Amino acid sequence: MTPSAADARAAAETAARDAYGRLLARLVRRTRDIAAAEDALSDAFAKALAVWPETGVPAAPEAWLTTVATNAARDAARRRATGDGAIPTLQLLAEEISARDPVADERLTLILAASHPAIATAVHAPLILQVVFGVPVHEIAPAFLMAPSALGQRLVRAKAKIKNAGIRLDVGAHERPARLARALDAVYALYTVARAAPPSATAEARAGDALTLALLIADLARDEPEAFGLVSLIAFSESRRPAARVDGAYVPLSKQDCALWDARLLALAEGQLARAARHRVAGPYQLEAAIQSVHCNRRRTGATEWAVIATLYDARVAMAPSVGAEVARAVAHAEAFGPAQGLALLAEISGEKAERYQPYWAVRAHLEAASGQESSQAADRAIEMTGDEAVRSHLKAQR
Amino acid sequence: MQYALLYFETPTEYARRTGPDQDAYWGAWTTYMGMMHEKGVSQGGQALHPGQSTVVRSAGADRIIEDGPFAEAREELGGFVIVDVPDLDAALTYAQAAPCAAPGAGHVEVHPVLQMQTEDA
Repeated sequence: MTPSAADARAAAETAARDAYGRLLARLVRRTRDIAAAEDALSDAFAKALAVWPETGVPAAPEAWLTTVATNAARDAARRRATGDGAIPTLQLLAEEISARDPVADERLTLILAASHPAIATAVHAPLILQVVFGVPVHEIAPAFLMAPSALGQRLVRAKAKIKNAGIRLDVGAHERPARLARALDAVYALYTVARAAPPSATAEARAGDALTLALLIADLARDEPEAFGLVSLIAFSESRRPAARVDGAYVPLSKQDCALWDARLLALAEGQLARAARHRVAGPYQLEAAIQSVHCNRRRTGATEWAVIATLYDARVAMAPSVGAEVARAVAHAEAFGPAQGLALLAEISGEKAERYQPYWAVRAHLEAASGQESSQAADRAIEMTGDEAVRSHLKAQR
Repeated sequence: MQYALLYFETPTEYARRTGPDQDAYWGAWTTYMGMMHEKGVSQGGQALHPGQSTVVRSAGADRIIEDGPFAEAREELGGFVIVDVPDLDAALTYAQAAPCAAPGAGHVEVHPVLQMQTEDA
């Protein structure tokens, strides 16, 4: 595939996902039934594939699809989803739709509804990823340390509950801040899923979606500094992408050439972090972004201030403990105060939480080697759990 | 939409029904039920006897009747009400206002009542 063809394909995929999420959000508003809306939308796309080549694309394609899908939702006999062979054509159709028929974006409504406290917290982000962005369950599950079959069942149950328990789609003012916080978690989860996957046009598009959506929420919720914090965090991470791979090989943050970091994204990240700081209410995303900001200072000073990063991680873990933050804190303390300190912090993390978290094993293998310890099976486990070939090579070379 | 609000109370809370502050106990429930009646959301309900329930089930051909569910030191069903409100959030608001939703008094379960589906809901 030539670069321009690859670009076109990526653009088509983005457009398809956009149109899909927007149409689904509108259908759910009418039917209040996510599972039925998903089926109906599949039917509508299938009908479009059959009809449009003969009749031409209608003047308002999204309205056409909405009408057909609404009728399909009323149809008692639900047909099967379209086969995979139809997907590329659907993407092209959707690209055309997206360009010609912009409609109000109700995805945020659906995101906030999926963040209702009556839905189990662990399911919020996976539900949003699957319903609004169409991410398959088997790609979501590893990021949330769940087995795909178990996650699939929980998603089915959550959709049934939204329908049967009468969960309202519009969020009251007093409910909004808590729902927004959960929505931010979901957006960050989308970003994490995208970047945990092997590099691909789809992964690029999803990471782009996450940044776009974070900006959208920050724009809608100007009183929420964590929204700016999240935009900043994602922009920092994205800015370093060009330096993270050289000739296909994975380069860890500490060894990256800072000249390759994207100056435009860094400026966005620093600007959003400063904007968040003006509210004077700290939060996990702002702390994460501040940590990234310290890393990026290496561009100016030539050295990483690990002790500062370790302190920021202490605050981050105290505010919102998670296995990811605890492992990252261990890395920072190891860099600042020696590998033994890092291993001691790793030992405090419960085995159950660490069990399926790949970075835990990668870091443990690295610190055991650095402190001259006989290696346990940590390196093997880390390699076994890595889906990305470049990272796998990097880990094997370290062993 | 209709919801069944099931009120669970701790043994301590039950003891208040006949204890020295029984007036405060019953007064709180009367106020609560009156409020829901006034708003027109209550479709009826009942208070139940604590610790007096019996379980009936079948095991193969045998019908088993036994004392229970065993509620010593656990929260037990003390009453229920059916409410008709627009959505879950409204039902949750009424659930949170119940005397047994106060700290240490018990909890409330909110169950959507199974409805016949309407095609154009």
